[in-house]
Amino acid sequence: MQDQLISLIAEELSVDKATITLDSDIQKDLGADSLDAIQLIMSIENAFGITVPESEIDHLKRVGDLLQYIKDHQ
Amino acid sequence: MGLHKGHFRIISSGHYTPEHILSNRDLEKIVDTSDAWITSRTGIRERRIANGENTSDLALHAAQKALDKAAYDKSKIDLIIAATFTPELRSPGVAARVQAKLGLDKPGLLAFDVNAACTGFIFALNIAERLLKGGSYRSALVIGAEVISKVTDYRDRNTCVLFGDGAGALILEKDSKKEVFFNVSSRSDEDLILYVDQYINMNGPRVYQFASRVIESSIRELLQFGHFDMTGVHKIIPHQANMRIIESAAKALGVPLESFFVNIQKYGNTSAASIPIALDEMLEEETPLSGEKVLLVGFGAGLSYGACALTF
Repeated sequence: MQDQLISLIAEELSVDKATITLDSDIQKDLGADSLDAIQLIMSIENAFGITVPESEIDHLKRVGDLLQYIKDHQ
Repeated sequence: MGLHKGHFRIISSGHYTPEHILSNRDLEKIVDTSDAWITSRTGIRERRIANGENTSDLALHAAQKALDKAAYDKSKIDLIIAATFTPELRSPGVAARVQAKLGLDKPGLLAFDVNAACTGFIFALNIAERLLKGGSYRSALVIGAEVISKVTDYRDRNTCVLFGDGAGALILEKDSKKEVFFNVSSRSDEDLILYVDQYINMNGPRVYQFASRVIESSIRELLQFGHFDMTGVHKIIPHQANMRIIESAAKALGVPLESFFVNIQKYGNTSAASIPIALDEMLEEETPLSGEKVLLVGFGAGLSYGACALTF
């Protein structure tokens, strides 16, 4: 699951997979702006079959946050 | 409820935008931003700003253009609904001011405003349809008009680049042969992610997520309800809020971006005015075949959303 998530992030944000760690901050480290970050979450919803409520998105800053959220909600 | 089938015929349309252009380059001189940043983030290159004109002036110009285009006898109008969140007076509303400026004084004529932010025009069309169908009204003038520059904080670079002023109008008549489908709804916004007090305040990412999702879901629900698919749809006219929202919606719906009519680059987000301005510009450029549908979809503060399928 972690590999799938990282591949998806690399593709959506056009960044090298090798630069992505669980500690990477989507916006500060991976160069996404706030709308890229939302777009990424929407792609994750489709890929993993989950729904992220609008009230949750402010808490999903790092790759590890996303992974944990997917694990908890899939 | 929210999904509703009705009937009306579109007689004419018109739009008006103020002459003064505020370009991205102009904004670079006012706030810390750049043409490249605004264009890549929003798709907006310039917007129109009212200078000495207020909301009902813009609304009147748009209405007059719609009347002139069809050489329509204005005395036939018995219903005027204006969608706006920026009226010049708390009371009377913009619709009442337009009525007075057009010199209409027919007994029984009803003129009032609808404030449903960027979905206002769709809500106004829905109300007009129900009054044409169930009431004794026969001819409706439905307007979306905004002077958002009055409530824009030109020190806030996150919002001031987005908005512009303008107005659009449609004239409708009762006609049981032309179907129109609606999917309108208000969803509660407990966190107030988009509101206007003195100025516009917005949680951009959350509004973006809401908008991208709701364009797709409201259109899918509308197609299912009306038992038609995209093959009979001439164009989708979305509320012009952000090019990236439109791109995201096109991807989610699995339709080419060219299915959407876009003029955001010229006007920015004109809230309730954006859909009727875009509809009129589209009709100036292209004519849907008889029986083809044009989809309108709006979303905004409330949170409100509405999709509508017009039959030509």
